[in-house]
Amino acid sequence: MADKILKKLKIKVWRQNNAKSKGKFETYTIENISTGSSFLEMMDILNNQLIEEGIDPIAFDHDCREGICGTCSLYINGRPHGPDTEVTTCQLHMRKFKDGETITIEPWRARAFPVIKDLVVDRTAFEKILQAGGFVSVNTGGVPDANTIPINRDDAEESMDAAACIGCGACVAACKNSSAMLFVSAKVSHLAKLPQGKVEAKSRAKNMVSKMDELGFGGCTNTQACEAECPKSISITNIARLNREYLVARISE
Amino acid sequence: MSKFLTASIGRKFVMSLSGLFLMVFIAVHLGLNLLLIFDNSGELFNQGAHFMATNPLIKVMEPILGLGFVIHIVWSFFLEFVNWKARPVKYAQKNMSGASTWASRNMLVLGALVLVFLIIHMINFFVKMKFTGDPLLTEVTINGTHMHNAYALVSATFINSTVLGILHILGGVLLGIHLSHGFWSSFQTLGLNNKNWLQRWKAIGNIYAVLIAVGYAVIPLYFMLGMYK
Repeated sequence: MADKILKKLKIKVWRQNNAKSKGKFETYTIENISTGSSFLEMMDILNNQLIEEGIDPIAFDHDCREGICGTCSLYINGRPHGPDTEVTTCQLHMRKFKDGETITIEPWRARAFPVIKDLVVDRTAFEKILQAGGFVSVNTGGVPDANTIPINRDDAEESMDAAACIGCGACVAACKNSSAMLFVSAKVSHLAKLPQGKVEAKSRAKNMVSKMDELGFGGCTNTQACEAECPKSISITNIARLNREYLVARISE
Repeated sequence: MSKFLTASIGRKFVMSLSGLFLMVFIAVHLGLNLLLIFDNSGELFNQGAHFMATNPLIKVMEPILGLGFVIHIVWSFFLEFVNWKARPVKYAQKNMSGASTWASRNMLVLGALVLVFLIIHMINFFVKMKFTGDPLLTEVTINGTHMHNAYALVSATFINSTVLGILHILGGVLLGIHLSHGFWSSFQTLGLNNKNWLQRWKAIGNIYAVLIAVGYAVIPLYFMLGMYK
């Protein structure tokens, strides 16, 4: 059975030339979009149309297009990654939209994620947080055999769940405070649950939180919007763990 | 520890701890004031109020409680301002209702409304009992002890003023909504949460919030509906 065709859509999109310039919304009309196409395919079709009309195509981030790299972003109709749950924008399909609808597309909005062009934001802040402590130091020796260190299965599972974070920044975009707490807590948690990560647990919690604050992210008020909008459904119980790790680290100073 | 209060997580701890402290007060305050509806002679409530006004421990706690309120209120405005600055360009279209509860997104608004209620509440009761006195606030002697007839003041206030009665019902309900997020949130902030306890804290918090809202609403209703007769 062939996919239905959306005859006409209005795309209201944020256009901004560069980081310095003042942006504004532009509305484009696009016709005959298959409900089977992905959101980014619709963007590609729109961009082809814009190029033919002699208009600068819309810049947006994308890479793997299979929901695992964390590159695509887009705040669609008031929600990060659009009107679907547990998916990234590249895995969002046009069947989630109605014919004749106006679709509003905005970049992630946060002081720590400045717009570079149109819908592309600079997410270097996440890399800086990781560099501050999101690692395990292995200074010498060969690679140990994977199963030589016994790890409780529940711990391993929880660690894996936290490690599912792809660092897309939807948590920051969804949070009313632009807080990066879910991202940082996932990165702290997936190491904190494992013996290898416990060695540097204290310095990791302190350094990553300090870096997060320094970069201008807001504070967490436990609205849970981050968990609801996270394409990987990272749990806010990781934030409780981060709070715990941080408290222990600071008290023992 | 010096860096604790300047860090985002440390700042959250202040809100959480002051909030938990105030939640203890709210429960004690409700427990004592429910005496209003369990003894129509007012003796029980008057004795309770007299005990709270004269007990040395409560006297010590009173300024600490005041400080708790000030910290929780001032700090919330400060933190909201810091968080507001973290998003200089706002979204044109937001659809947050599916992802988070209304109460969790509007804790400052709810808190500010509760503060307005608190001021009205204190002008009508605390200030009169503590400082200015009131024609309604007569003296009584119970078991040989001379004390304020606080029961007369409270009951007459609710019987005579429907506006104040409704304001008190509203205050209780707003506080309940504030607590429906505040209770579990404070444990989450302290790190006392995991995947098992998340739903437990929320359930306990909702029960607590409903008890507080209903408890505080029942008192003015009891007098407004003439159930004391």
